[in-house]
Amino acid sequence: MRTATPTRPATPDRAVRRRRRDRWMPVRLLGAVLVSLALLFPLYWMVVVAFSSRSELFSGETRLWPRAVTLENFERVFDAFPVVTWVGNSVAIALVVSLLSVTVSMLAGYAFAHLRFRGSTALFLLCVATLMIPLQVIMVPLFRLVTSMGLFGSYWAVILPTAATGFGAFLARQFVIGIPRDLIEAARLDGAGHVRIFLRIVLPLSRPLLAVLFFMSLLQSWNDFAWPLVALQDNTLYTLPIGLLYLQGQLGSDYGGTMAFALLSVLPMVVLFLVFQRYFVQGFARTGIR
Amino acid sequence: MTTTARTGAAPPAAPARPDGGGRRPGARREALTGYGFLAPLLVLVGTFVAVPLLGAAALSLQRTNGFGEGTWVGAENYLRLASDPVFWRACLNTVLFTVIVTPASMALGLGAAVLLNSVLPARALFRSVLILPMAVSGVATALIGVLVFDQNSGIADGLLRALGLPTVDWQSDGVAAFASVVLVTLWWRTGFNMLIYLAGLQGIDAELIEAATLDGAGPWQRFRYVVVPMLGPSSFFLVIMNVIYSFQVFDIVFVLTGGGPQNATTVLVTYAYDNGFVVRDQGYAATIGVVLLLVSLLFTGLRWRTSRTRDLVG
Repeated sequence: MRTATPTRPATPDRAVRRRRRDRWMPVRLLGAVLVSLALLFPLYWMVVVAFSSRSELFSGETRLWPRAVTLENFERVFDAFPVVTWVGNSVAIALVVSLLSVTVSMLAGYAFAHLRFRGSTALFLLCVATLMIPLQVIMVPLFRLVTSMGLFGSYWAVILPTAATGFGAFLARQFVIGIPRDLIEAARLDGAGHVRIFLRIVLPLSRPLLAVLFFMSLLQSWNDFAWPLVALQDNTLYTLPIGLLYLQGQLGSDYGGTMAFALLSVLPMVVLFLVFQRYFVQGFARTGIR
Repeated sequence: MTTTARTGAAPPAAPARPDGGGRRPGARREALTGYGFLAPLLVLVGTFVAVPLLGAAALSLQRTNGFGEGTWVGAENYLRLASDPVFWRACLNTVLFTVIVTPASMALGLGAAVLLNSVLPARALFRSVLILPMAVSGVATALIGVLVFDQNSGIADGLLRALGLPTVDWQSDGVAAFASVVLVTLWWRTGFNMLIYLAGLQGIDAELIEAATLDGAGPWQRFRYVVVPMLGPSSFFLVIMNVIYSFQVFDIVFVLTGGGPQNATTVLVTYAYDNGFVVRDQGYAATIGVVLLLVSLLFTGLRWRTSRTRDLVG
């Protein structure tokens, strides 16, 4: 399996090559620095605006750093909006979705990888094909369905439709298929049932996969927008992205408040992403296996 | 799950297959277990994807505002599409967005991946920076775009002014607004392309590059005739993923421009949303959705058929 770990350079270092490479190294370094600065600038700018006072933002001057760091934007946002409720909603929904998603994907992954039954390949391909269905295609009937099931107005209106993904099942199957069949056959001969094998052999051997599935799902759910926009129409149920859009609508050109809240809403995922980068990277890179 | 197997309920359809499986002892039981393990996925996907998909097909033949029963109107919605200028504009924008963003994000991703795959200090740090935008939500990304491209107070025009360049009307000029959507998307998506290419590059056997060097290939020739062909599978995968993404681009457009000015940035998904939940012409919204799905299936299918072999090393 291919993963994107920052390891070896493309060519072995032989003395001659290294000397020639070194001549260009400063150029490459400069390039990398410039690209990084360009990519970081929008995030930096969000932070600057979030910590700048209103009067400074409306002064019309272009300055690349704040004159005085102030927390007034954060205070204003916390006073006027149910920020804590929104954070709670996001945490609850993202956690439940991720746990459900990992469970559903692992069960399906084991079935697709190691159990023989009619229609297995067709069902697997259908699951992968659901990746190509834009939400907007099914948005209206899904909304009606969720309403008729009595889920509208609760977290479940978001959780259930987003918990199972073809992507998760795909990822799980690709990993679980790498668990040697002999191991499973041996357990079968010892009289273990599939549930037992799943719990005692497959799950313990799949720890890295569990982390990948969990973090991918968490990221996806935390940042999800289109469906929660439709399904959560009550201010007190909003997740952070929906709350952010609502808040921006209320604040208008008060970018200080909007950016303060934007910063709060992205910070948890950015930190998790940097700390557990390995798993996110594997999640994205593994999608590349055929 | 085991209880299902034990009670021995009739399997949906599992007669013995001539090619194996079926006649093994315990095959029937294994099949039942298989369906049991799959059940949560099938129930969720069936309920929340397959059923609504059929619903969308049915809705596309109705006129309804979402309150009460709709009226069946046959192909009326489809005929309406043909003469709806906004629909064609949305189609054009979707295609334009796709054909710009797909190659651009792949080229940038490849460039970054080659850079990060070379000898470079602090490579891990640079990689973290490049993929960082992937952790930021689409809404926050688009709102940073709103902030940066505000044509009265935005820093983009501020920087242009500071450099003595003419400012751009990012919000009121259609082409500039479209460009801002593309730029924000590239900021957001390049990291993903880079990651896939980086994984591909690290899978290339170093000896192959060495052999090409010994044969007298220069850096550009090595890149063009060894590295790029070896990255074929990554490129193939990225084309598919970028096209799928581009057909579904919603967050950025919805928040950054709302489809404006004058539909200059309206894409099929935002137009479908507007019809479904703003104008509440829900039958028409479903029709747009069905067409969108057919087009994206066609596009992906064609790409799959025609280019599968060409992209692999041949």
